[in-house]
Amino acid sequence: MTEPMMESALAPAKERWKFWVTALLVFAVVGAAIFVPILRRRMQRAARLQQQSEEQARRELIQQVPMNPSDPRVKAKLFWISDADNSMLAPVVVELPLSSDPVLRSKQVINTLLAGPVDVELRTLPPDAVLLAFYILPDGTAIADFSEALATSIPSGIASEQLAVDSMARTLEANVPQVKRLKILIHGQEAETLAGHVDLTGTFVVSADAGQAPANPVAAPVAGKVGALLAPLTPVNRAVKLSQR
Amino acid sequence: MLLDVGNSQRLRFLTVLGTSSLFVAGAGIALALQTPSQTQQPAASSSTTPSAAAAGQSGVPTPPGSMPGVQTPGGLNVVVLDPAHGGTDLGARGTGGIQESEITMEFAAEVRRALEQQGFQVVQTRQGNDNPSFDDRSAIANAQRNAVFIALHISSTGLPGTVRVYVNSDLPAVTSANGFIPWDRAQAPYLGLSRKLGDLVQGMLTQRFKGSPDTAQTATIRQLRTTAAPAIAVEVSSVVVNDRTDLDHMAPGVADAIARGVAAFKPLYVIPTAGGASP
Repeated sequence: MTEPMMESALAPAKERWKFWVTALLVFAVVGAAIFVPILRRRMQRAARLQQQSEEQARRELIQQVPMNPSDPRVKAKLFWISDADNSMLAPVVVELPLSSDPVLRSKQVINTLLAGPVDVELRTLPPDAVLLAFYILPDGTAIADFSEALATSIPSGIASEQLAVDSMARTLEANVPQVKRLKILIHGQEAETLAGHVDLTGTFVVSADAGQAPANPVAAPVAGKVGALLAPLTPVNRAVKLSQR
Repeated sequence: MLLDVGNSQRLRFLTVLGTSSLFVAGAGIALALQTPSQTQQPAASSSTTPSAAAAGQSGVPTPPGSMPGVQTPGGLNVVVLDPAHGGTDLGARGTGGIQESEITMEFAAEVRRALEQQGFQVVQTRQGNDNPSFDDRSAIANAQRNAVFIALHISSTGLPGTVRVYVNSDLPAVTSANGFIPWDRAQAPYLGLSRKLGDLVQGMLTQRFKGSPDTAQTATIRQLRTTAAPAIAVEVSSVVVNDRTDLDHMAPGVADAIARGVAAFKPLYVIPTAGGASP
């Protein structure tokens, strides 16, 4: 068989081979174009589910703090919104069996605050928010860790966010004298703001004698004012906080 | 020879093209696998730009010409307007589809016109539907001389038709050893001036919008804390109005009151001392 004859015989095989390679490549690209967005959506959904299930697991692990009927009943002052235009806080006196332990007592009053007043229009915190953890450092700084609903369900705005923080600070001030300052975490993390306005990077003054934020050489005493922000926690404080978790 | 030169080059081209396509597809898959892990990072970290982080390390220089313990007349002539939120951050949302990020831009346009009529130069922290970080917005204000900063917000609560002015809560005093104000407490030396500006603007607003407070309120506002200028936040109530035109009708009155409040503040403006004393 001469060379031109061999070429003419192999030409169809060569064309078929080129066709199949091209088809395979086109198929791969089209398949990737379809598959990648689907994969991406599934991964995002899985990440969301994982995050939700983590929070759910944390909630299940956290034991609710029941009111112990044997604890002495005291007149607790809880601060909710007082007026229709949502601009002021007012104390509501509720008789509750409160623990003498400051951490348990703080959990009990904050959980009551979260449960809200009889008139739901006067609540300061979203009903689906959950107190995940609460502890008090030796210097009187209380750390309150809330579920993400505190940030996502609260009405966005300077007024509503400040009222939420003030209601917690004033309720703690009235019922738990051991708490001097309050640091708010969202799902275990420090958040820059509550819902876009109020600053959560520092600690809020709870007690008028809170004074200087400890272990912070540049922070000067602040005039006692509920809700005022002190300097951000220092790394020293953060180490203490983490060791107590 | 099975393939001629031309076919060989075409085949090589096709092979390179195919391989490149596979690489692109592979990169796409890798990107899809990486994206969810990025979305799990805290939102706060995403809003901090490298420049802002650098600024956080360094601090804010005190205004030129200011010496510790010396107060000099300032000659206020710049107003930095901050239409809050923007981009993916819609801010407060009403049931009628009203979005705070849109309304603040509309209010900013009105306020800008009113201030320019009063002879002020106006700088905006955003021009369109973008969302600069808190630090980037503060950096725009902190780069100005003789300026005040006014953030515009629409609330999701409160008595509709009222307006509240906010000043930052007390901050620890600044101890400045080298003439720099710490970035994270840049507002501290200006709190006294901010209070004066806030009361003047609130007074003008209350004359027009009955039911508003008589004096400025205090709140721990993230945006104001890093702003080295007399700074206030103006919050209009609210996005829960049934009709958007209710808010639109408020805009000229709010703009006029802010412009008159800033004009009334101008003779009181002095460059504060670097030592943290609020004038």
